[in-house]
Amino acid sequence: MFSAIPLNYYIIVSTLIFCIGVLGVLFRRNAIVIFMCIELMLNAINLLLVAFSSFHGDAAGQVFVFFIMAVAAAEVAVGLAILTMIYRNTGSVDINFLSKLKW
Amino acid sequence: MLSIFYFLSFLAILCALMVVVSKNPVHSVLYLILTFFAIAGHYVLLNAQFLAAVHVIVYAGAIMVLFLYVIMMLNLNAAVEPNKKSWLKIAATASGGLLMVVLVGIFRSAVTSGTGNPSQSQVGLVHNLGVALYRDFMRPFEVSSILFLAAMVGAVMLGKKEIH
Repeated sequence: MFSAIPLNYYIIVSTLIFCIGVLGVLFRRNAIVIFMCIELMLNAINLLLVAFSSFHGDAAGQVFVFFIMAVAAAEVAVGLAILTMIYRNTGSVDINFLSKLKW
Repeated sequence: MLSIFYFLSFLAILCALMVVVSKNPVHSVLYLILTFFAIAGHYVLLNAQFLAAVHVIVYAGAIMVLFLYVIMMLNLNAAVEPNKKSWLKIAATASGGLLMVVLVGIFRSAVTSGTGNPSQSQVGLVHNLGVALYRDFMRPFEVSSILFLAAMVGAVMLGKKEIH
């Protein structure tokens, strides 16, 4: 009744989601949407780690995903605070206004 | 089981694409929530029940509320994004698509050694994960609490109007 899902399918799915995240980072100019695309990439990697961990019966991968979630939560808190400050100083969240460090 | 997998994967990929292409940031956030729910469904399918619950609570609950809150506070819910130059868009799409083609081409023929049946795997249950977390990963767990403290202090300091 339960046909097993091959591990390769999970690799393909998370590769596709990761590449969509990369595409969003390259494609958009709104800093908040870029931030969301970074979350998307993190989630693709999380899915892959959980798949490997489940297939191999090793709990370390899932503990690692737990830590990635913790780091992502902290990252979002600090990142959105920085975005709010950028908006206060420049009046926009367009990343093209942040070109002072650009070569 | 395979059909559930296909459905969840299709939903996740479609919603991820909609995150990228929708003009309105609020719509992007809502599609991202759908993507996260689809990924949580994948976790349930892999019998990682604890992570599925944590994923829904942390991502779809806390992080997305933070995103929506900032978008509404900054009043960005209109599609105000000016257009990028068209050659930049084409270059971005081409390089992202090339990365996708290369990665899929590499991983399609990858030989994986996963032997166990993931729907029978017991490592994702709360008890087993808790044993691993508090026995083998005790110190990283404590260090992550320091990280949270630092992030909290940093966010408050960044959010202040001016520091006296």
